[in-house]
Amino acid sequence: MSDLFTLPTIVAGIMLISLNAYVLLGGADFGGGVWDLLATGSPARRAAQRELVAHALGPIWEANHVWLVLVVVLLFTAFPPVFSGLAIMLHIPLSLMLIGIVLRGSAFTFRTYGSEHDAAQRRWGRTFAIASVATPVLLGICIGAIASDAVGRSLGALSHPSVARQDFTALFVAPWLTPFTIGAGLLTLALFAFLAAVYLTVEAPDDALREEFRSRALATAVVVFVLAFALLALAPAGAPRMHTGLIASPWAIPFQIATAIAAVAALWALWTRRFRLARIAAAAQVTLILWGWAVAQYPFLVPPPLTIRGAAAPERTLELLLWALALGAAVLFPSLAYLFRIFKGRPEAFERMDERSPAQPNP
Amino acid sequence: MSDLLAARSQMAMSLAFHIIFAVVGIGMPVLMVIAESRWRRTGDGIYLELAKRWAKGTAILFAVGAVSGTVLSFELGLLWPGFMRYAGAIIGMPFSLEGFAFFTEAIFLGVYLYGWDRIRPRAHVAAGVLVAVSGAASAVFVVIANAWMNSPAGFDLVNGQPVNVDPIRAMMTPAAFPQVLHMVLAAYAATGFAVAGIHALLLLRDPRNAFHRRALSVALLVGAPAALVQPISGDVSARYVARWQPTKLAAMEGQFRSERGAPLRIGGIPDEAARETRYAIEIPYGLSLLAFHDPHALVRGLEAFPVGDWPPVALVHFGFQVMVGLGTYMALISLWAIIAAWRRHDLAGDRWLMRAVAIAAPMGFICIEAGWTVTEVGRQPWIIYGVLRTADAVTPMPGLIVPFTIFTLLYCVLGAIVVVLLYKQVVKSPRIREEERGTRTPVGASWGAA
Repeated sequence: MSDLFTLPTIVAGIMLISLNAYVLLGGADFGGGVWDLLATGSPARRAAQRELVAHALGPIWEANHVWLVLVVVLLFTAFPPVFSGLAIMLHIPLSLMLIGIVLRGSAFTFRTYGSEHDAAQRRWGRTFAIASVATPVLLGICIGAIASDAVGRSLGALSHPSVARQDFTALFVAPWLTPFTIGAGLLTLALFAFLAAVYLTVEAPDDALREEFRSRALATAVVVFVLAFALLALAPAGAPRMHTGLIASPWAIPFQIATAIAAVAALWALWTRRFRLARIAAAAQVTLILWGWAVAQYPFLVPPPLTIRGAAAPERTLELLLWALALGAAVLFPSLAYLFRIFKGRPEAFERMDERSPAQPNP
Repeated sequence: MSDLLAARSQMAMSLAFHIIFAVVGIGMPVLMVIAESRWRRTGDGIYLELAKRWAKGTAILFAVGAVSGTVLSFELGLLWPGFMRYAGAIIGMPFSLEGFAFFTEAIFLGVYLYGWDRIRPRAHVAAGVLVAVSGAASAVFVVIANAWMNSPAGFDLVNGQPVNVDPIRAMMTPAAFPQVLHMVLAAYAATGFAVAGIHALLLLRDPRNAFHRRALSVALLVGAPAALVQPISGDVSARYVARWQPTKLAAMEGQFRSERGAPLRIGGIPDEAARETRYAIEIPYGLSLLAFHDPHALVRGLEAFPVGDWPPVALVHFGFQVMVGLGTYMALISLWAIIAAWRRHDLAGDRWLMRAVAIAAPMGFICIEAGWTVTEVGRQPWIIYGVLRTADAVTPMPGLIVPFTIFTLLYCVLGAIVVVLLYKQVVKSPRIREEERGTRTPVGASWGAA
């Protein structure tokens, strides 16, 4: 752990924080799409649920999405071989994920600003919802594939001269299409849906909606438990290095306990209708799972060939990058705080917005 | 289709698609803010209606721009891992700064679109201004990264590998200033003329329409000055290319032989096999004069370089002719409009001017596509000029025609939908005549969807 405070590790840590922000914010936006797809009850209830999702996403989803772009940019600036290696080996799932991102974002916007025809609205709603389900699965598959060593091994195989004759499937499909990676994809989807349901209990304007999303959150919490244990069971075969890291290293047990406490706290808070507390606990739970993965594979970025130190860009680049990040953060955080204060400050705010005509000039 | 060609086609298609939305994301916020400020100052509700409609259009186009931009950031690696492995540490810097500019743009666009009655008027206008400023900043940073590919700097080559990396020097590369200037002006000119052109067309049918008259005035206010000074920035760019990328200049001009006092060729068809450009109108000494500001300057032709280093000559030459031709037209129309406005003529009532502006509606965007063809195809066969060949940077994954086909279809569908949505917006424009204006209350809501 002596090189924990070197430049490459600090930049990798900032990258992880950005990914964390993407998961907590952008992830919940995808989760919102899941609940649009799974809206239940009478047509009026379904419409109310969908409207709550749309209201929650509207002003913030584009800003939340930029966290992913930041992760990508940091990755190719600070760890160029990792970015190019992953882009080669995960070409197919990443491309599919991009199609999902494109369809989710544009369908949501077309539905918000497009024609008022019901048929068109339903078509965009459907596209938005399906893309919101597919994209997190693909993101989880990519993360699972990195954790499982298979991507790293294929990357190593690619540099051998005999590779031209190797099977396409063995190189470009098999590493990311295993029971473990699919489990990771499904867990990601469940976590995003869980986050969204919990956040929406806080943002719901009335009790009916709050209760609907409370039961969704509770049900999803159970699904998360089941999938997490299934993934843990698949890990010895699917991701042995990861599995060893998760059970054998000295920090592993406290980490697991913390995750379990957060998960139980989220459940308890939901059960007793302490929704703001549930939001904090759910975010903590997802954060700990993400950091558990990262810490379990430290110091590797893409195990086994690429480590944080080995794949890092020259020192001068990392130094300047840190300055750029400091400068960017000085602009970003006040702006983000402003955005969330306006739109997420008071749950009752958007009711008032609906009552008033938006065209009134301000006094 | 070879994998290399498929990768190049996918990249070209993705860039050609994204650039339209990126440009609108730079230009539209300016129009929107001007309209809102005029409403705040004058209380004229038509300007509020304009600001709202333009904000709505910006929201649609920005969303598509944001997702297609995300695709591009991944495609840099998905298609060109060899390039990113080489260049990531050198030019990641402007991309990181662009990331923050994009963040600011997304945040304040959210504030602007959804904050009409949640924040104070001044804060709302300020949010719009921040969208416009960060949109322009995004363009500056991304174009700097592209400029580095044209004039790589900020590293030393040792055994084919970059060492002594200096990202600041890489950002100050010679191509940066001319390219950034040219692109930002192009964005304002293209957006301004596209909007002005649409409203000019509608004014030809309904010349007294107060809504279209105001839209035209704001759009021309942004588009005309930019289009007017663009030829000067074009001259700065051309002199940069002449000095730093002689093969690109030779391809742009269809110049095969090296000569002093080289002529400027207008039109013509370059024939790579015969090594000559036929049917061009030649203006004696024109090229030497324009490229080096000296009628007897030596212009190196393509023959001075190995054939393996030539870009596709005909495509680059053709793209350049289109850009310069249409750009010149836009500059002349701008001059006409500015002089007419100076003399306090009624622009909207001048049918010939309105016809000329209406024709120019798509021209800015055609110029941008043509100009980027010159920049990108003209750099071939290099992905980093003189340093790394495009063929050496492409991904080893075979079957690249599949993603190329899928993304092309996806973008065709998206493009068609955006066109339909925007068309519906325009068709719904209010029919409020200049004479009736005083009799209505100046509130935008009163003429919603006419």
